[in-house]
Amino acid sequence: MPNLVDISDLHFSYGARPILAGLEMEFPRGKVVAVMGGSGSGKTTILRLIGGQITAQKGTVRFDGRIVNARDSALMYDMRRKMGMLFQHGALFTDLTVFENVAFPLREHTRLPEELIRDLVLLKLHAVGLRNAAHLKPAEISGGMARRVALARAIALDPQLIMYDEPFAGLDPISMGVAANLIRRLNDALGSTSIVVSHDVHETFLIADYVYFLSQGRIVAHGTPQQMRASEDPYVKQFVHAEADGPVPFHYPGRALADDLMRGVPQ
Amino acid sequence: MMGPISALGRWVRESVTNAGFATRTFLALLATTPGLLRRPRLVTDQVHFIGNYSLVIIGVSGLFVGFVLGLQGYYTLNRYGSEEALGLLVALSLTRELGPVVTALLFAGRAGTSLTAEIGLMKAGEQLAAMEMMAVNPLQRVVAPRFWAGVIAMPLLAAIFSAVGVVGGYIVGVLMIGVDEGAFWSQMQAGVDVWKDIANGVIKSVVFGFAVTFTALFQGYEAQPTPEGVARATTRTVVIASLTVLWLDFLLTALMFD
Repeated sequence: MPNLVDISDLHFSYGARPILAGLEMEFPRGKVVAVMGGSGSGKTTILRLIGGQITAQKGTVRFDGRIVNARDSALMYDMRRKMGMLFQHGALFTDLTVFENVAFPLREHTRLPEELIRDLVLLKLHAVGLRNAAHLKPAEISGGMARRVALARAIALDPQLIMYDEPFAGLDPISMGVAANLIRRLNDALGSTSIVVSHDVHETFLIADYVYFLSQGRIVAHGTPQQMRASEDPYVKQFVHAEADGPVPFHYPGRALADDLMRGVPQ
Repeated sequence: MMGPISALGRWVRESVTNAGFATRTFLALLATTPGLLRRPRLVTDQVHFIGNYSLVIIGVSGLFVGFVLGLQGYYTLNRYGSEEALGLLVALSLTRELGPVVTALLFAGRAGTSLTAEIGLMKAGEQLAAMEMMAVNPLQRVVAPRFWAGVIAMPLLAAIFSAVGVVGGYIVGVLMIGVDEGAFWSQMQAGVDVWKDIANGVIKSVVFGFAVTFTALFQGYEAQPTPEGVARATTRTVVIASLTVLWLDFLLTALMFD
C-alpha cells in the first residue's frame, strides 16, 4: 500500500524567514507517526501544509495519491473530508454545546436523519468518555475535556488521516495519559493514520510507531521510539533527556552579556 | 523630503491593496450566497439575533429623536404660523433622512461591533481554521448568513425607528404642545409620497445595510487574531462604517434629489 501522506523536498518560509527546508517525510497508512521538535521548529507548519491551509514555495505534499494544492479550494475541500484535525486548544465552537459541536461536520456534510446523527454523536462522545457531557457548553468543561470533544468532532466523519497539534500541551498527567491512549486506540479502531505533533517525549514515545525529529526546519533524526531513545545524535539526546543546554542553546542568540553590560544606558 | 512622499506612496499602495482585497472578499461572499438559499434557516436565525441586538436601542432612540423633532419643528413652524404641518415635517425628516441614517449609525455601534468581535474572536480561537479543516467554508457558513441578515434587518429597523419617531413627534406636538391632531395626521398622509419619500428611504437603508454589515464582517474576518487585534478591528468598524454611511447618504440624497 502506498503511503497516505508523502512529503518531498518541501521548502516553506514566511517572507524572508525560512521555516522548513528540504523536508522528506513519509506517513504510512495505519501508523501513528510523531513529529517532534522544540517550539518554533516548524512542526505545526507541516500540519498546515498537509491540510492545504498554506502553500509551500517549493516541493510537494501528496495526500492519498493526490498533490495538495492550497490554491485549488474545491480540491482542498474534497481532500479535507478525509482529514480530521485536532487543534492545540480544541477550537470548539463556543456558541454550540458539546453535542452540537460533534454534530457539526455530520450536519454539514451528510443528509442523515436527525435520529441517526444523534446516535452517531453519542457514540463518538462515548468513545472519548464524554457522552454524559453532551449538553454542556465548551466554557463549562476543562481544557482536557475540550480537547477530547474536539477529537470526537475530528473523527465524526471517520477520516483517513487524523492530525494532532500538540495534543498533550497544558494537560495534567491523567488527562495526558487518557489523550495518548485515545490517539492510539482510535487510530487502530478506525484504521486511520495519525500524525502527532508534540514535544512531549514520554507520552509520544508510548504511542508512536515512528518519530521524526525536527530542528530549525530540518529533519535531524528519524526512527522508531526505541531507536530514538538509543540515539547518539546530540540534538535528539538533548531533547529526549531534557537537557537545558546542548545544540539548542539556552540563550537567545545575540550579543554576549559582557558586551551588553559595558554599553551603559542608551542616551 | 523622501519621508512624507514615501509614506504617502505606502499609504496609497496599502489602500489600493486593501480595497482590492475587500472587493475580492465581497465577491467571494456573494458567490457563496446560492448555497445559502438551500438553508434559509441560517439567515433567519441571524436576522433574529441581529434584529434583537438593536431593537431596544433603535426603539428608544427613535422615540427621543421624534420628541426632539416635535419640539424643534414646532419652534420653527410656529414662526410662520404653520404648526399644523408638524406631522408632515416629522414624517419626512424621519423617512427620508433620519430613519435610515441614525439607524445605520446605531446599528454599526450595536450590532456591527458585536459582529466584528464575534468573527474576530472565532478567528483568534482557531474556530474558522477548524471549520476550514472540516471542509466547511467559513465565508459561507458564518459570514454570509450574518451579512444577509444585516441587509434584511437594516430596513426593518429603520422602519421601526421612523414609526416610533412619528409617535414621539405626536406625543410632543399633539399631546403636550397641543397641535391640532387632525391636521397633524392629515398633512402627513397627504404630503408623504410612497415612492419619493418612503421608497427612497428604504433604498438608503438597504444600501447602508450592505455597507455597515460588510464593513463589520470584513473587519472581523481580517482582524489580527489577538486581543488587541480584535479591539482595533472593532474600533475600525465603528469609524469606517459611520463615515461610509454619512458619505453614502450624501451621494444617495444627491442622486435622489430631482
